[in-house]
Amino acid sequence: MSFQPEHELHKRRFGRNLGIGLSLVAFVVIVFGMTIVKVSYEPLPNPPTIAATGAKP
Amino acid sequence: MSDIRVYEQGGEAGFGDYVQLLKPRVMSLVVFTALVGLLVAPVHVHPVLAFSSILFIALGGGASGALNMWWDADIDAKMRRTAGRPVPAGRVTADEALAVGLGLSGIAVVMLALAANAFAAALLAFTIFFYAVVYTMWLKRSTPQNIVIGGAAGAFPPMIGWAVATGGISVESVLMFALIFMWTPPHFWSLALFMKDDYSNAGVPMLTVTHGRKATRAHILVYTLLLVPVAIGMAFTSIGGPVYLATSVVLNAGFLRGAWKIWRRDEAVAEADKYAVEKRVFRFSLLYLFLHFGALLAQAVLRLYGLGGW
Repeated sequence: MSFQPEHELHKRRFGRNLGIGLSLVAFVVIVFGMTIVKVSYEPLPNPPTIAATGAKP
Repeated sequence: MSDIRVYEQGGEAGFGDYVQLLKPRVMSLVVFTALVGLLVAPVHVHPVLAFSSILFIALGGGASGALNMWWDADIDAKMRRTAGRPVPAGRVTADEALAVGLGLSGIAVVMLALAANAFAAALLAFTIFFYAVVYTMWLKRSTPQNIVIGGAAGAFPPMIGWAVATGGISVESVLMFALIFMWTPPHFWSLALFMKDDYSNAGVPMLTVTHGRKATRAHILVYTLLLVPVAIGMAFTSIGGPVYLATSVVLNAGFLRGAWKIWRRDEAVAEADKYAVEKRVFRFSLLYLFLHFGALLAQAVLRLYGLGGW
């Protein structure tokens, strides 16, 4: 427990750090969510089969 | 540097000051119109990608606001309406505003390209460039047509929303752009009529300052007349319908009536009632835009249930 009263400057600084921290967490969550959706719902096109390209094995 | 010295200089900003740099009120209009552009498009977008895209469009819009505050800090300090902004008030330095603007612009454009497509991201990048460079740096201080051409920057968001879904441009998205583009001049000039001291004090060549107030009143009427066919014409595209048409006819009649009243008044009459008509038209113009896009959204919802549309 602190015996010194907290200065207004420190409160403001804490608020700014908290805001930036939460913004970064939100950004990580969004990127993670986007990744899951992109991977799950946009299947990559299948590569052409050997039969389709006419190449000999 | 000690804590006390930082405090005395007033150089330590709170988180809210950085949020203010992004012009949250303008951002809300960007979010709403971009969301409508995305939702009325004929292509379904996954909700997570739609949410992320709207967020990054909003972030791009906010970043251009920060760049605007960085460049305009000197004139913002002279206007009552803008003197309390973080940079002129000394809570955030101009360099910080520049860094926030550039950093967030880059993040917004790259992330929109990843969330949606490269075309939507390119449109967003162009919008930021248009607002920060073409409007803020080139036009705002040099021509009384600043509002007309600069209004294009605010008109892009529904087009970007449409591009997120479809990956391109169409008649519908161009008309949504045109609606905001034609709406901006009468909206801002009616504000300029009753905020008269602000713009002249700052030396911004607003139409009211360069061509006089009588000419501004005439311009409001002319631009409102040009706006009407654009707004009503959208009713006959694939995103319009009877609900939109009815809403648009009523709103345009109201806006036209207000513009007509503004044109008929002179300064003596306006001074006498403290610009009551100009203030009413300004407030109505906000409702006008909100309800037009709201009606487009209503049409899209009705179409889901097989109702509405032509």
